[in-house]
Amino acid sequence: MPELEAVIGLEIHVQLATKTKMFCGCELSFGDEPNVHTCPICLAHPGVLPVPNEQAIFYALQIGLALGCEIAPRSIFHRKNYFYPDSPKAYQISQYDIPICGAGRLGDIRIHRAHLEEDAAKTIHMGGSGRIHGSEASLVDFNRGGTPLVEIVTEPDLRGAAEAAEWARLLRETVRQLGVSDVNMEEGSLRVDANVSVRPAGSTELGTKTELKNMNSFRFLQRGIEAELARQRELIEAGGKVTQETLHFDPASGTLTPLRSKEEAHDYRYFPEPDLVPLAPTEQMLREARESLPELPAARIERYEEMGVPHDVALTLATDPRTAGYFENVVEAAEGIEPRVLANWVTGELAAALRQAEVEGGAADSRVSPPSLAALVRLVQEKKISHGSAKTVLAAMVVEGGDPANIVEREGLAQMSDSGELEAIVEKAMADNPDAVEKIREGNGKAIGAIVGAVMRETKGRADGGEVNRLIQEKL
Amino acid sequence: MRVDLGEILSHVERISELDLSEVAPTAHVVPLSNVLRADVPRPSEARDEMLAAAPDPVEGAFRVPSTQAEA
Repeated sequence: MPELEAVIGLEIHVQLATKTKMFCGCELSFGDEPNVHTCPICLAHPGVLPVPNEQAIFYALQIGLALGCEIAPRSIFHRKNYFYPDSPKAYQISQYDIPICGAGRLGDIRIHRAHLEEDAAKTIHMGGSGRIHGSEASLVDFNRGGTPLVEIVTEPDLRGAAEAAEWARLLRETVRQLGVSDVNMEEGSLRVDANVSVRPAGSTELGTKTELKNMNSFRFLQRGIEAELARQRELIEAGGKVTQETLHFDPASGTLTPLRSKEEAHDYRYFPEPDLVPLAPTEQMLREARESLPELPAARIERYEEMGVPHDVALTLATDPRTAGYFENVVEAAEGIEPRVLANWVTGELAAALRQAEVEGGAADSRVSPPSLAALVRLVQEKKISHGSAKTVLAAMVVEGGDPANIVEREGLAQMSDSGELEAIVEKAMADNPDAVEKIREGNGKAIGAIVGAVMRETKGRADGGEVNRLIQEKL
Repeated sequence: MRVDLGEILSHVERISELDLSEVAPTAHVVPLSNVLRADVPRPSEARDEMLAAAPDPVEGAFRVPSTQAEA
């Protein structure tokens, strides 16, 4: 049997961070007493008329533009009919054949569509033994019912669980930096479902898929997909067939249990929502959404890589725009020093010094100004202080701020410029460590560390390591 | 009522005489778009009043038969 390849698509529900619900003026909040944010509209009393929230439309346009989606010149809302207590109307207002955002792309993964809809209410299952199965009654809290959602659907372009989780992280970071959602997976403001199937490697046909729900962290997303891929592979290799169904992931046990048989699309009896007129984004709406887009992670990573910053450092900066802005100010202040070196100082030594000093907040909020960090790196580059001394200076800078040159002078950390003095110290260190000298002569290169260490102790780290090494080699 | 319904049905029959193969399905007949509202909170209704219409409220929530039994 040929190897079975994973085919994964994601559906991401993003709760929009508007002040009010999608179709009524009830306030949105998380964690309030149940049913305090309800009205005849979101409880579906007869005769009410929904009116879309213009901020939600704006956020949807921002998401669509950020994902490079084609924006529909005219889109309409549909009623998606289903009977469940979390939907008082017995339908959800959603979009069907003409979503507001069409095909797009984020990184290597194609976006199929993104559409607007409203969230369902929260149901809490009571009684019975299990959390869900065997419940005797359910309580419904409509505070969440009617929250604006954008559902983003990818093409089945992902080929592994780890790749899916990594891409989902990039999407969350993108949405977070747009400022359109809290993207908190634990609180459910970002929810990721995965459509998972396998097929013989090289095949272009899609296998029967299952839908995985309730993976409220990226780690669980990855674990859930891994578990389901293993289950499907085992099933098919044993000659069985995958059944199309929805599976509920239990993070505690890492197991998947069938939730309900998957409804076919036609079961929802979609039809145009007669109470809502079409959305036709105007030139002005599109321009405002476009102009409000910040530089997004994918673009930032690409730009930093072009500056010579390694991918992992670029990624670290791209997921933290404030530190990235700080880094760019350091680059500007440190003309002539490679951005790669500066990026390492910002994400490495400075971040470590802030952690060490238990300073709250990142580099941008610290007492170390971009020009002073640039000045410190320049002192190291010009060999005026050693790398070790620079760390000592930086530790002082995160606490008291100020100019590194002053701290260097005050602490007596200037690199030993008198090579005669350094030479004498090296000679003494070698004389004090005859064993090490012998070992180096025998070809044990690591033994040099003992001598360098002795020199550094003697000079309190002010000696240039490279120069010390050179002197030792010279004297051997 | 029977007369009204009859008239409506015969009207629909008249439409089916037309060749509509070139006409796109119409979702809305009102020539309007972008009827939107500002994102400004409006006070919600009192919870007790909203729950008063429910058959079995409990602890500020709507109690319903288990949603799992039918699955």
